[in-house]
Amino acid sequence: MEQPLNRTEQLQEQLKLVKVESPWKIAFRRFARNKLAVIGLTILVLMFLLCFIGPLFSPYTLMQTNIPGKNQAPNATHWLGTDKLGRDILLRMMLAGRISLTVGIVATAIAVAIGVTLGAVAGFYRKFADTLIMRIADIFLALPSLPILITLGAILSDLKVNPSQRIYFLMLIIGVLGWVSLARLVRSQILTLREQEFMQATEALGLRDNRKIFRHLMPNTIPIIIVSATLGVAGAIITESALSFLGLGVVPPTPSWGNMINAANNLVDFRKRPWIWIPPGFCILITVTAINLIGDGLRDALDPKMKTR
Amino acid sequence: MSESVVQLDKQQSGGSSQPLVRVDNLKKYFPITGGVFQRRVGDVKAVDGVSFAINRGESFGLVGESGCGKSTIGRTLLRLNDKTDGTVTFDGQDLHKLSKSDLRNMRTKMQIVFQDPFSSLNPRIKVGEAIGEALIDHGLASRKDVKNRVIETMKICGLAEYHYDRFPHEFSGGQRQRIGIARALIMNPEFIVADEPVSALDVSIQAQIINLLSDLQREKQLTYLFISHDLSVVEHLCNRVGVMYLGTMMEMAPTDELFSNPLHPYTKALMSAIPIPDPTLKRERIVLQGDIPSPANPPSGCKFHTRCPMAADICKQQVPEYRNVGNEHFVACHFA
Amino acid sequence: MAKELVEFRNLETHFKTSAGTVKAVNDVSFSIREGETLCVVGESGCGKSVTAMSLMQLIESPPGKIVGGEIIFEGKDLLKLSKKDMSRLRGNEIAMIFQEPMSSLNPVFTIGKQITEPLLYHLGMTQKEAKARAIELITMVGIPRPEKIYDSYPHELSGGMRQRIMIAIALSCNPKLLIADEPTTALDVTIQAQILDLMRDIKGKMNTAIMMITHDLGVVAEMADFVVVMYAGKVIEEAPVLELFKNPQHPYTQGLLKAKPVINQRQERLYSIPGQVPNPVDLGDNCHFHDRCEFCMEICKAKTPPLRTHADGHKTACWLYEEEGKAQ
Repeated sequence: MEQPLNRTEQLQEQLKLVKVESPWKIAFRRFARNKLAVIGLTILVLMFLLCFIGPLFSPYTLMQTNIPGKNQAPNATHWLGTDKLGRDILLRMMLAGRISLTVGIVATAIAVAIGVTLGAVAGFYRKFADTLIMRIADIFLALPSLPILITLGAILSDLKVNPSQRIYFLMLIIGVLGWVSLARLVRSQILTLREQEFMQATEALGLRDNRKIFRHLMPNTIPIIIVSATLGVAGAIITESALSFLGLGVVPPTPSWGNMINAANNLVDFRKRPWIWIPPGFCILITVTAINLIGDGLRDALDPKMKTR
Repeated sequence: MSESVVQLDKQQSGGSSQPLVRVDNLKKYFPITGGVFQRRVGDVKAVDGVSFAINRGESFGLVGESGCGKSTIGRTLLRLNDKTDGTVTFDGQDLHKLSKSDLRNMRTKMQIVFQDPFSSLNPRIKVGEAIGEALIDHGLASRKDVKNRVIETMKICGLAEYHYDRFPHEFSGGQRQRIGIARALIMNPEFIVADEPVSALDVSIQAQIINLLSDLQREKQLTYLFISHDLSVVEHLCNRVGVMYLGTMMEMAPTDELFSNPLHPYTKALMSAIPIPDPTLKRERIVLQGDIPSPANPPSGCKFHTRCPMAADICKQQVPEYRNVGNEHFVACHFA
Repeated sequence: MAKELVEFRNLETHFKTSAGTVKAVNDVSFSIREGETLCVVGESGCGKSVTAMSLMQLIESPPGKIVGGEIIFEGKDLLKLSKKDMSRLRGNEIAMIFQEPMSSLNPVFTIGKQITEPLLYHLGMTQKEAKARAIELITMVGIPRPEKIYDSYPHELSGGMRQRIMIAIALSCNPKLLIADEPTTALDVTIQAQILDLMRDIKGKMNTAIMMITHDLGVVAEMADFVVVMYAGKVIEEAPVLELFKNPQHPYTQGLLKAKPVINQRQERLYSIPGQVPNPVDLGDNCHFHDRCEFCMEICKAKTPPLRTHADGHKTACWLYEEEGKAQ
């Protein structure tokens, strides 16, 4: 009787040894269980493949105009038709996607870099640094972003900045205007964490600031940074599209989803030639929706309360 | 107040050994800010002039209800908070005057065990690493030795070796408390503040943790400051007990003396309020009227007079002297 | 003996989690008699609160579900009532107070509004009658200056006062049964003493049966007429209070009584029950206490002990008291 019982106990012990799940693994498992989020991720991956690999298979080039073949409806040679200069809309849409996605990601990366650094400094050192950074954040928040973006766009146009360089300025502008919410989020998260007993324990143990920040504080803020950055990419894509639509962001001949829609800015094109504006519009819609689904999924998955549902 | 310090001096200078921890007239006020400009409009007097000393190897208990400042004392005493006034002497040194690096070295000698087993562990760090990181950070052991020391300490605290690589969320409250104790013990401290270490636990687990704490004290000659709202736990674990109310020490005595001869009406009421698991016992209970006043605006005179069954006019006007009534029994009451 | 007011018959409440099914309440049967205070004791996760929530039918579904059994209240099976009938019963004939007086009052309404609400809804009083009754109730729960309290908001009151208000709201419709879920756990001992006194007082005046859920055996000894001890979703022992404290039968109950330090009874070392409460997911058919029990026998690991009467009014679910167990 004694022997088999011991063996099962040993087995259980071994099982215990094997089954170690880190919070990240649990979050991943939860994300994978969220159908909508997985659909969102799939769409986004497909969109990336389309935009970055797709153009390699296109027989056309970006600048290749074809005035006689302008305004064609979708057909066998031009799957999504052509625009008023006879350029292939499918190719332009894919290349526009490269621009829009890149602008969205890089702008968000800039916002995250600034926001996380300033938020962390404010939350960790408090006192003067906190007051200064938060007042600057208040100023940024008080600035109406659309007029500023329009003004800056107009200045760029006025300075006759090269269209290909204009994209970099655009990323920088959207990024710099977007750090505030993240900085506040990171700061408040760090302030909350500081009150947690495990942070007081690091103080009581006399750990160095480095260790406190990089081993204890940052790993616990990364989840909210990830969620907020994901949703930020969607916001940046929309901002970029809006600006480009107004002719103040990415300007032709460089294509972006926003300025492609702008091509249908008269009633005739809008009503008679829907193939000009529907594809880029659709791309914006599903990309932003997909990113938001992923963001929501991540938020649920990274729930710090670690409750399994 | 200064007189009581002198008395403390006399009482302790008799023996050759100095007390490990001395708290003299400690005050900790938290500012209340208000208005547009966040001006200071008042203070929460969390700790309002408290003095006591803890001898080496002793287990000193602090009891009181919520808002009495017992936890704030624990934290200010370890300089996790800044003080407002008074001194804390640890091992002969004024803790609040130490430089940052001296304080960091001193931290290896004094530790804290927290109340909430859920927020006291970082959810993203493996248990073994959480216990061992202080050793690494202070350079007290080589990376190879760290793991052995951690496992040894975990075993002392009733954890198994395979727990090393697991994350806090896989543990129950009682086990998390063991992890917290192991983390506090790893640097072999002399002094541990235990801040309500069992109040979040179930009864059957409470007893395990209390026994663990008392075993550790015996084996490692630890000195405890044991903070609790539960008099019965304090009675079980401590040599001396201080009773606090609204930031002030009301009564302090060796445990047996305090429980057999409580002098302060608050202590008496506190004792009689504890439900005893014996239905045959019919006690004369002192039920205190009213609520605990806010520490932002404590009553004048004796802070307890608003609820005290014995209160007289003198209690409203004069702060009672905190005095020694013999047998190392200190009390702050006009009628004791 | 007084008439039975509530009877739980083989109640089963389960929760579905990703890890498996948690039988939070697993085949629980006991009854509460009119005018009696019954205490349900047990540690966190033993199912004591879920039992009460099942009675009130406030189980969040999903993940929770009452999958079997009956709850007979005055001859009717509550589980068969329509939602409307049940909600008429709640707050009227059965009232409940919770552990957290902070969160159980709505912060945006005045105390007066929250007390009069059930009076207007259940008893159909006019606004004026309701106010008079509310002030009467506030006075009854021992709060001075009731008119002032009537117009104040929850945040202006202390924890103890809020719990008194909760009791006033619970009593507003003269319920036959008052469920108190850890009513004093969040309070300080001196305030706890006040609230316990108040509840005893009220029971004497109104002859309300009380189902009190607690983890504190001290509170049980002070309040209870009858005690039900739960462990891992099952009732493991039930007895009149004097009998239970004098002659605890189940090793778990004995352990609990020994493990609690008692004031003025200093011991060298506390008795402690080894181990942890078992993982509630997919518990097998055995005595769930077996791995912590010092009297564990082979049968304990293999078979669930039945809850049977072994002395007058004293039931225990333990193989130590069964013929099958004694044989080993």
